Order: sequence, then structure tokens, then C-alpha cells
Amino acid sequence: MNRYALFLLALPLAAGQTTVIRNATVLTVTKGTFQGSILIRDGKIVEAGEKVMAPEGARVIDAGGQYVMPGIIDCHSHIAADSINEGAVAVSSMVGIEDVINPDDIDIYRALAGGVTTANILHGSANPIGGKCQVMKMRWGKDAEGLKFEGAMPGIKFALGENVKRSGSPGNGFGASPGLRYPASRMGVEDVIREALTEARAYQKEWRDYQAKLDRHEQAIAPRRDLKLEPLVEVLEGKRYVHAHCYRADEILMLLKVSDDFGFKIRTLQHVLEGYKVAREIAEHGVGASTFSDWWAYKAEAYDAIPYNAAIMVRKGVLVSLNSDSAELMRHLNTEAAKAMKYGGLNETEALSLVTINPAKQLGIEGRVGSIEPGKDADLAIFDKHPLSNYAKVEKVFIDGELYFDRQKDLEERPAKVARKKALVDQFKAQEKKERKKPESSEDKKGEDPGGVR
Amino acid sequence: MYYHASLSMKQLTTMLLAAASLTYAQAPGPIALRGARVVTVSGPVLEHGTVLLRNGLIEAVGENVDLPKDAWVIDAQGVTVYPGLIDALSTVGLPEAPAPSTAARAETPATPRGGQELPVPVEQGPQFRPFTTTWVRAADLLNPADKRIEETRGAGFSSVVAFPFTGIFAGEGAFLNLSGEKQGRMVVTSPVGQYVTMSSHGFGTYPGSLMGVIAYIRQVSFDADHYKLELAAYASHPAGQKRPNYDRAVEGLLESPRLLLPAEDAKQVDRMLRFAAELKRPAVLYGGHEAYKVPDLIAKSGVPILVSLKWPEKSKDADPDQEESLRTLELRDRAPSTPAALEKAGARFAFYSGGTAPKDMRKALKRAVDAGLSEAAAVRALTLSAAEIYGVADRVGSIEPGKIANLLVVKGNLFDEKAKVQYIFVDGVKYEPLPEAPPGDREGRAAPGGVE
Repeated sequence: MNRYALFLLALPLAAGQTTVIRNATVLTVTKGTFQGSILIRDGKIVEAGEKVMAPEGARVIDAGGQYVMPGIIDCHSHIAADSINEGAVAVSSMVGIEDVINPDDIDIYRALAGGVTTANILHGSANPIGGKCQVMKMRWGKDAEGLKFEGAMPGIKFALGENVKRSGSPGNGFGASPGLRYPASRMGVEDVIREALTEARAYQKEWRDYQAKLDRHEQAIAPRRDLKLEPLVEVLEGKRYVHAHCYRADEILMLLKVSDDFGFKIRTLQHVLEGYKVAREIAEHGVGASTFSDWWAYKAEAYDAIPYNAAIMVRKGVLVSLNSDSAELMRHLNTEAAKAMKYGGLNETEALSLVTINPAKQLGIEGRVGSIEPGKDADLAIFDKHPLSNYAKVEKVFIDGELYFDRQKDLEERPAKVARKKALVDQFKAQEKKERKKPESSEDKKGEDPGGVR
Repeated sequence: MYYHASLSMKQLTTMLLAAASLTYAQAPGPIALRGARVVTVSGPVLEHGTVLLRNGLIEAVGENVDLPKDAWVIDAQGVTVYPGLIDALSTVGLPEAPAPSTAARAETPATPRGGQELPVPVEQGPQFRPFTTTWVRAADLLNPADKRIEETRGAGFSSVVAFPFTGIFAGEGAFLNLSGEKQGRMVVTSPVGQYVTMSSHGFGTYPGSLMGVIAYIRQVSFDADHYKLELAAYASHPAGQKRPNYDRAVEGLLESPRLLLPAEDAKQVDRMLRFAAELKRPAVLYGGHEAYKVPDLIAKSGVPILVSLKWPEKSKDADPDQEESLRTLELRDRAPSTPAALEKAGARFAFYSGGTAPKDMRKALKRAVDAGLSEAAAVRALTLSAAEIYGVADRVGSIEPGKIANLLVVKGNLFDEKAKVQYIFVDGVKYEPLPEAPPGDREGRAAPGGVE
């Protein structure tokens, strides 16, 4: 039986059902915290409060002593994709994560087990303009289309600084061949971005001229579609969010200037470890910042980082989120948020916002997710202790009202999986033994097969 | 024939030898296989049937066929006659190239270049067509002396569909009859499709990632659509208009009737079905070892899939202490059940060798049958289904009057491992499989052109 079928059998709790989570401490993030219940119907939160009537026939989940928070949202992740970097070209906006979603990546399930329900999957940082991003829900067991966060604004990765310039520099095994790719300096990065956007403007004009001809009922054939420039036109027109990898204050200001010159807004600055130095400028531009709690010093441009970064930016009025950029860190973003209380003194709600409603706003999906409010998607994580505690474990995770992770069920299923694996190993061992007994087996000659070209 | 005088002695000898060998293989008149079990594939199985061949075509088939007086009658009691088998994706008949790029290498980063190799600058212009040879035709590259022709034929295959195989757009395939005598006679039809791989050459080149390859293929496909528009517009009013540039990469794509897209596991099947639909080009998937998970998806799409008979195995060089994942183990266990699942779902499928040695093909097929594939469906996949997928079912793939006389004659049942291939007819010419090489002899034969 395949995994998809298993999954369906294991989940009689279909989206059409009504569910009540009761006796929980509900951390709504936007509407306060209370002891009470959440009513879920058709995948949506219908009601959340101290006294919620459970309709007859509803599935009741007793969360006595437990904590419910909105599903965690990670604004920067690289899981669930079969490729991440298209790095030999300086502008790779023609590529997109949407084409290479890997629904089999176990990191999806592991993220779920850390309470994450939504993540922004980004292209890598090898070039000034990278590929298109994909916002996903962690619907483990669904196919690639089923993972996509339907209706989320499309995004694209920009990148500044060391990764970009070193990918084109001599002597770096990670990048393009020696000296082959421009840019190799921060000046060059700015130039590449300006040039690409200028090209995109010309392309935009080409299509507008074509449309004008059609409107005048003149004969015209459509311009050649350019998959590199199309997403950049969307950026110029505000139809695609730019998530820009950056570290240093100077390059952050550079990018803000470029976006001003071209008349669009950067949606988020990613990493932005020196954001605290230019927090006022970032806030004035209405640009979001998605940073790490205390991960730094892994390269030259990450030396001036401080753990107060998130809190300082919050206090200066920047919309801030904490992200993982790592399949491992992704599993405990709740404790990453907690660090912003120790360093910078954010309160509980402000801390939780860094991994829920704030990243939702940065991704333009706050109408759907990021807090526990009637009308929003029933994306919920139930923790056994307060999620800002180091000792908290995720018990259950719902997405669209469906139970996608259940700690108890996971533990119960493990012995069967171990047994299945052992059975297969034994089966193949027995086969190998049988093959060895036949000296004239065709297996012995495979290496010499001249037809084995595929 | 007055020009005989101008031929050298050597040429004359060659001609005479060629003529002699033809006479040897081809009966002068009609051939009748009488009293055989005939698996027509397109119709019912005839328990005591007769097949009459003439001029390379099937003239008649049935339980009561009037045999002409001059027919060479082969008493075929106890044998089964099948349509000649078809390897639906192969390189047999093509010169062997250096190691091909396969999907498996797609994400491998480039190794540092050696000092002697000059770096190739990465181009980014719209006309840059890396790893693209859409215009290369298998039919133009044939090597009738390819030793694999005889080996493949000996395993019961009268035909292969051969494709150039290097690059992203590797080139146009040809449906070949394994007669192996004259290039022109071997080609049943060409081109039958464009072989596409998701190979990339690492981080230092564009495209260097899977998503880069997909974006590149998409761009070329859109360019092809645009090229057609431009050419049509220019052709209708050349005067006063800018002349479109000739683009051979796009020309090759446009003349390919279908794209062959790689889809080994379930997610790739899903991905490539969506991709083909987006590009609005007819497609055929190949690979399919994990397709047992998504047979209904394939059936519903109507897109055919070619299943590799090279079932996944543990690598010979694998670390014996390395624990394999449950997923890898499951795939190895379940892959041979893919054809059965496809049959049950009503999906269109055929088989290809995928590097399986010709003599091991039946053994590999047997694993699919053991995993639940019906023998009838197995034969159909190897014959008529392959012909249908490539649009040549009007001339090959079943035993029907008027079709090309490609037949496989087996003593007993094809699925009985001990049953021997007796004859293979290709274009009505009778071949017998080579006697099995004694152990140890193989190496000598595998080194053509050796200096010893």
C-alpha cells in the first residue's frame, strides 16, 4: 500500500468535519490568550473563546493542560525542493521552486513535528537575482500542487553580498568556473540588479506597445515571451514580492535606493543581520525584515550581528519575523522566538508574532493564517507546554482542519515500520544468497554489457 | 549494366557477398509458418494458425490459409509466433558515444576543471542553446555494423526505437527494424520524437540545476511557438517585413512529433505530466519505476509511459554496512509491480531495455509478470502498444495482413525461461539467434577494433 493510501486511511478526520479543541490555553497572538476552546469546520476556525458550544457529532479533542498556537510560519526555508541554486548566471529569474517541489522530502514532516504549517521556500543566494519562491503548506502526503499555498502572492529571491560575489570569483569551488561570472563585487551586484530591471522595463514597454496596437485594431504578433524578464516585470508592477538576502547595512541601503529608483517595494530583507543599524530606514520604507535569533559569525559579513537585532527592529517599527534557513532550525522556531524575550525584552505575544502573524504579513497571507481568529484557516499547533518554553513538545498539528501530525500516532506506528524494513532487508539478503549459488548468473557480467549505455 | 567495368575488384566482391548473404537469408518466394500458436495481439490467439509472408509483408494469417504452391512451408508445430518485440527506447544501431548524461547526474556539482581545459564563458542571450541538438536525427547516424543489433534481435526484438541521448534536447529518434544490412532499409519511420533529459552539467554552467533545465526547456518550447507565428506572418507578407532568423534548435523541436520526458519516481511522473500539459506538446514519459504509486494519474492523463526493464538493484559498490532507507528498499521491492498496476489502471505503457543486456530481457520481464502483469498485457506492451505510442501501429506491432513481417518465433511460451527463440523475422527476412557464447568468450567479442 502506498503512502498516500495509508495516509487517507489514517485520517478519517476529513476537512468537512467539525472539530472542537477544548480545555486548552489558546494563544491567539492577535486576540489575547485565554483558557477555552476552538471550533473548526470545513477547514476554517469558526469560533474561539472561553465558552464554545460543541455541536453534536463533532470530534472533540481534549487539550487539557496543553497550549494551542497558530501554526508556525517560516519565511525562509529551502526544504521540499529538488534544486535550490541556479548559480552560473547572474540573473536566474526564469527558474522557480514551483517547478521542482519535492513532496517526498522528509523535512516537511519534521517541520510539521516542530509546529510549522507554512513556509516560504526560496531559491538560493548564488546570484543577485535568483529564482522564484514558493509559499507552501506542510501538507505531508499531498502531491506538489497540494503543497502550494493557493492564492499566496508569488515571490522572487534577490541576494546581495558575499555569496553572490564569491559565486563569480576565482578560486571558489562552490561557484562558477574561475572568473567566469560577473559580478565579483558589491558594486557589480547593484549594477546587475539595475541592468536587469532596466531590461525588464524595456520588455514591459514591448508588451504595452503590442497591446496598444491590438487596441487600435492593428496587425501585430505578440513579442517573444522572455521567461527571465516576465517575473521582473511583475516585480516592477508590484505583483511579485522581492525577498532579498542581505547582511550589511550599506548594501541594505543600496537596495532600498534601487527599489526607490525603480518604483517598487522590497517586501522583505532576509537575514538582515545588520538591520539594527538601519532599522529606522527600513521602517520608513515599509520593508519587512526576516532574521535569525542568534546565528552569526559564519562568514565575514555576519560578524557584526547581535541577538538584539529582532527586538531593536521591532521597537523601531519594522515588521520582523524569525526564520530558519535550515531544516534543523525549522523544527524549533518556537524557542527561537523565545530568545527575543531574553535579548531585547519582547513580551510573549510579540515573541510569538515573530513566527506567526508577522511572517504571514510579510508573505501577504495574513488574511488566511498567522493567528487564531474566526474565518482563518484552521492551521494550529498543540504543544504540551507553553511553546516559548525549552521543554515544550508538539503534540498535534492541524492544517486546514486536518490532523497532519500526531505525536502519539507517530510513536505507535514506528514498530510496524521497523518490522517492514527488517522484512525487506531479510528478503533481499535471501535473494542475494540464492543468486550467489548460481555461478552462471547473468548478474556477474553486467559490467561488461556493451548495451548498457542508459 | 555498363558501369561494371569501372568497379574495382574489391567493390565487386563486396557486392557479390552482399547479394549472396541476402539470398541466403531471404527465401525466394513466400514463406508460411504452419500449425503454430499465433499470438496476433490485435485479435484472438490462434491455436493452430498459419502465417503467410511475402515480400517482407504479412500476406495472410488464420487457421485456414490457402498456401501458394511456391511457398516455403515451415512446419511450426509446438512453436508460438508473436509479433517481433519492440524496445521502445534504445541506442542500438547508433554509434556509441561517450558516457551519456543521465538524470542521475543532474544535481552533481561540477568537478573543478583540469588546467588543460579552457573555460567556456556562460552565455545568457536568448539564442543561447546549451546542451541542445534537437536537429540531430538517429536515422542519419545509423551504424548497421553495431554488434548490439544482432544481440538484441537474438533476444526476440525485431525493432528498436533509437534516440540520440546526450544533452537536454538530445535529438530525434527513429523507429528501426533490426535488419542491420542497409541504413535506409532499417528506418521504419523518422522522426518519432525528441529525447529530452533533465541532465545538467553542474553549478558552473547554465542550466546548472533541475529547475534551470525545466525553465530552459520551457523557454525553447515557447520560442518554438513564437517562431511559428513569426514565420507564418513573414510568409504571408514578406515584402516590407523583417526576416525572422533561422533557428535550428527550434526547427528540430517543431519537427519532433512528441517529447520523451524522464519520470522515474512518482513525483517526477506528476511533474512531467503537468509540464507536458503546460507546453501543449504530445509527450511520452520514460523510467517509471515508482509509477506503481500513481497508475491512475497516468491512465487519466492519457500520456503513455515507457517502463525500464532495468529494475532497481543495490549498487555493486555499496557499502555493506550502509543501512538503506525504507523508501529505497520499498522501491526495489515494488518497482516490478509497476506494469501490473498500469495494466489494472488502463494506462498506456511499453517497455524498454534501459541498459538490460538483451539476453536478460526476458528474465526482467518475467519479474513484472510474477508481480501480477498478465502475459497478454506484457506481449501487447512489447509489441502493439509500443507501435501505437510511436504512431506506427498501422504497419508494425501485430500479426495482421498488410503489416510488416516482423515476427518472433519461440519454441514454447515466451515467458517460460527455458523456451528458446527459434527465429526472428525482420521485414520478412529470417534470422536465427547466435548460439550462446561459451563463458569467457564474451570479453573477446566486446572489444571490436582491438589492436591484438
